[in-house]
Formats: sequence, C-alpha cells, structure tokens
Amino acid sequence: MSSPTFVACLECDLLHRQTQLPSGGEARCTRCGALLYRHAPPDANERALALALTACILFVVANVYPIVGLEVQGTHTSSTLFGAVESLWDDEARTVAVLVFFTTIFVPAAELIGLTWVLVTLRQGARGRGAVPILHFIESVKPWGMVEVFLLGVLVSLVKLAHIATIEPGVALFSFGALMAFIAAAAAAFDPDAAWKQLETIR
Amino acid sequence: MSMAPTAARSGLLACEVCRLVSHAPPPGSDAYCPRCGAMLHTRKPASLARTWAFLIAAIILYVPANTLPIMDTSSLFGTQSDTILSGVAFLWTSGSFVLASLVFFASVMVPLAKMIALAVLAGSVQMRSVRHQRTRTRLYRIIEFAGRWSMLDIYVVTILVALVQVSTFASIHAGPGAAAFGAVVVLTMFAAASFDPRLIWDIQEKES
Repeated sequence: MSSPTFVACLECDLLHRQTQLPSGGEARCTRCGALLYRHAPPDANERALALALTACILFVVANVYPIVGLEVQGTHTSSTLFGAVESLWDDEARTVAVLVFFTTIFVPAAELIGLTWVLVTLRQGARGRGAVPILHFIESVKPWGMVEVFLLGVLVSLVKLAHIATIEPGVALFSFGALMAFIAAAAAAFDPDAAWKQLETIR
Repeated sequence: MSMAPTAARSGLLACEVCRLVSHAPPPGSDAYCPRCGAMLHTRKPASLARTWAFLIAAIILYVPANTLPIMDTSSLFGTQSDTILSGVAFLWTSGSFVLASLVFFASVMVPLAKMIALAVLAGSVQMRSVRHQRTRTRLYRIIEFAGRWSMLDIYVVTILVALVQVSTFASIHAGPGAAAFGAVVVLTMFAAASFDPRLIWDIQEKES
C-alpha cells in the first residue's frame, strides 16, 4: 500500500521523511533545494475558500466593467477584456484572440470556480461532484493563468497611449489589480495535501 | 559517492498531482495513484524527445516572431509597422526607459534565455554531465517560472487593438508576428513542462 510519511522531491527524486514543521516553516530538498512542502495551519482551506470567493466576485467585476477608456478629440472609446478579445477576433488575429481568452478569462475562471466548489463541498464534509477531476484540471492548467502578466501588459499599453490620448482608467483596471492579489493569496493558502487526505476519508 | 535514496531506486512512485508516494506496480503494467487516480510515471515519458521537439519548433518560429510586424498602425500620416524591437525602441525614445527595459527583458531576453537554457539542460543530460547539478536544477526552476512573462507583448497588442480600432485619428491592427510570438511562448512553456529535472540527477546515480 501507500507510504504517506514519505515525500519525494519532484525535481531530483530524493526521498525525504515528512516531519512536523513549525508555523510558517517550509521543507526543502536537501540535495537540490526544491520546495517539498509548507507548514499549513489547520484552517488553511477555510482561508483559501474565503480568498477564492472574494476572487470570484472580483473576477466578475473585472470582466463586466471596462478596463480603460480613451478620449481623443471628443471621441470616447473603452473596452472590457472580452471586448478586447472580440476586437482581435474580428481583426482576423484569431490565434492571438484564443490565446488571450484562454490565459486571461478561461483558465482563471475555471481555476477559481473549481477551487471554490471543491472547498465548499469539503467544508460541508461532502465529496463534491467531480472533485478529483477538478483538482487534476486545476493542477494541469495552473501555469496558463496569466492575470498578473496581463495587468502589466495593460500598464505598458497605457504608457504607449498616453502620448496620443487622454487615458481614463476603468473600474476593471483596479479590480484586476485586486484579483491578481487574491488569486495569489488563495493559491498560497490552499493546502492540497489536506484536501486530498479529506477526499480520501470521504470516499 | 553513496547511493542517494531516491523514489525510483526504492521501487516507489511519486504522484505529480497529489504528491503521494506509493509502491510501483510490477513492470509492464500502468501505474495509477492510489489516492487521486492520476497516472504515475517514474520519469516524464519521452522527456528529452518532447523537449527537443517543442524547443526546435519554438526556435524556428522565433525568426518570424521577431522579423514580422506584431502591430500595424495606420493614421493620417501613413502606415507604420512595429516589430517587437521597434516597439521597445519607441518606448525608449519617448523617454519611458523603465518600461522599455521591462518590455525588452520580457519579450526579447526571456524567450531567448529560456531557449538557450532548455537546450543546455537537455543537451547536458544527453551528454551525461554530472557537473553543476544543483545549479542546473535551479536554472530549470527559474525558466519554468519566468517563461510566462513573455506574454506581455501579446497583451499590449490586445489592449492597443481594442482601444484604437475604430477611432478617427488612427487604427491599430494585430500583425502576423503576434501569432508567431504567441506560439513561441506557448511552445517554450510546453518544452519546459516536458523536461524532467530528475534526469539531471539520474546519471550520477547510475555511475556511482
């Protein structure tokens, strides 16, 4: 059967015996220095749930309102994130449109909704429908959620546009800033090991 | 040198999703994680072949990504095509030195450094190098983290196209270089994900 007291380094395969860490501590591989695991407080997934729920709300706000508006000679234009994807699509830049949609809308949304669903059902002591495939999915798409890179891209484009037009930062710009922080905080708080252990006992 | 106690040598498999360490099944049969059901591998399958395949594709596309325009601007003064580098030059000459450096770093340096690093990593494993293993593992960790920031220019083009498309003074359209550049970023991310850093350490173990 399984040996849950061992942890293998995913970067050099060295085996380590799992030990109790002090609060805020982290265990690193003695051979290559890769992160093995972190100390997680008992209420880690409660916190992760609160942060993920907040991020869900921010995600909606960030996608409903325009990111930025532009005023040139009395003409006003503004765009939401989805509107920007649509412009690319209509501009025959379909590959790029799909890439932007996937990395800034689809992956962050799927990740947040999936994580919230799994954590809500676990909190009620139940095994949510599809919890295991959802956690697998979240793990596999994780590198493709790029809200923080997108935000930096918006800032660079604003500097470029500032030379030719008046910039009006939209509600969504600030929401994206907050969303970035809450996604990072939720990911940092989430204790997958506790979630897997809990899912195992419910089965 | 003493034999390092690795999972592979101990007949154990580590799940890459939930990290549970479990006993490997008899050779020839597929292994699944007893806790989360993910498929288990001692090492990532066909790691080097896949890494090289994605890497070579990325290197080929790096040429159109940098020579074709990523953006076309048409205004009353005529049409102007911008490549990645001319976009950086524009930021620099207009006085935004910090942003120019940032974009240069994210769009030019990071993809280039990442492709060189992946070639070094895959090549050194193939040449059975036992040197600088810790440094090479750290290099892998850095490129895995930094690669995503190259998407920066794609998002800049997205916002510019969306805001300056229908206005009266100018219109901006995405150029063919943007798709090529996006493909380079995606392919190098696939290449990094295909590479298995545990291969760096396997050689020493076989020969010690």
